[in-house]
Amino acid sequence: MNAAAPEGPIPAGTPVPEFTLHREDGSEFTRADLAGRTTVLVFYPFAFSPVCTDQIGLYEDVLSDYLAKRDATMYGVSCDARWSQTAFREKLGVSIPQLSDFEPKGASCRAFGVYHPGGFPQRALVIVGPDAVVAWSYQAPAVTDLPGANLIFDGLEAVVARS
Amino acid sequence: MSDLRSAPLPGPSEEDHVRGPADAPLALLYADFECPYCAAEAQKLATVRLRVAFRHFPVRTSHPRAWAAAAAAEAAGLQGRFWEMHDLLFGDQGRLEDPHLWERARRLGLDLERFDSDRRGPEVDARIRRDFESGVKGAVVTTPTLIAGGARFAGRIEARALELLGAGPR
Repeated sequence: MNAAAPEGPIPAGTPVPEFTLHREDGSEFTRADLAGRTTVLVFYPFAFSPVCTDQIGLYEDVLSDYLAKRDATMYGVSCDARWSQTAFREKLGVSIPQLSDFEPKGASCRAFGVYHPGGFPQRALVIVGPDAVVAWSYQAPAVTDLPGANLIFDGLEAVVARS
Repeated sequence: MSDLRSAPLPGPSEEDHVRGPADAPLALLYADFECPYCAAEAQKLATVRLRVAFRHFPVRTSHPRAWAAAAAAEAAGLQGRFWEMHDLLFGDQGRLEDPHLWERARRLGLDLERFDSDRRGPEVDARIRRDFESGVKGAVVTTPTLIAGGARFAGRIEARALELLGAGPR
């Protein structure tokens, strides 16, 4: 990793830089889409890897209603192609929409400081407030460590504290 | 779900279902009756000297019948047969629909009417939810998760983990 590369996820208080991800329908998802509501970005290494499967299923169970009531949206973000992400989401039976960082590969993950040198996203969480400023972020010490759903509840408090 | 911010896992209490030799090390186990790794783990734990406090962690998205199975175990528990139902559920995870749960209750000689009312009732629901939410707050993410002596083992639990816990053979 060169000296200019960001170390760890983009910290709280930092405005989100410009980025372009793609939704499952192929449309672009950019910084402008963050404005006006709370966004929880769940970066995960690979669709279909067993660890991610546990993580996303648990988040769906415990957070989907909670987030909806707070006008917050959660997205899964990986470097997989959008078709793979859709197949992954459908296999899990979850509603969490997916965002693809497929081409140029990892460009948005780099912008958020969560690109693993191995060519995939770190296992990281970034919560962005309605002002498009990072309210809270977290990166797991290892990609095999699953961030508990409790961390997202903790992070959402930071959004409340900022407003 | 309510707000589930971080909180330490509650230590063992009299409200937990605990099984094992009284002088053996005690472990907390967060598990799900529809999880195949948990079933394998239950078999392994039955062969070592360990006291296990069982807590429910049914993730419905992954295992649609997990909550119903947990409720069956709790309803059996209200008739004093939690561990027997625990063993029957892990013993045949391919059959967790309602008729299969009734059949197990019959085999255990439970009052069926009471079993069916209890497993759908608020007391059982609150009990499962309490276990599950305590796990979420304490950063349990996957099953099985075994906690003992300040260490935590998640997913498939290797024999070495049990050795570290001091759980020798029975």
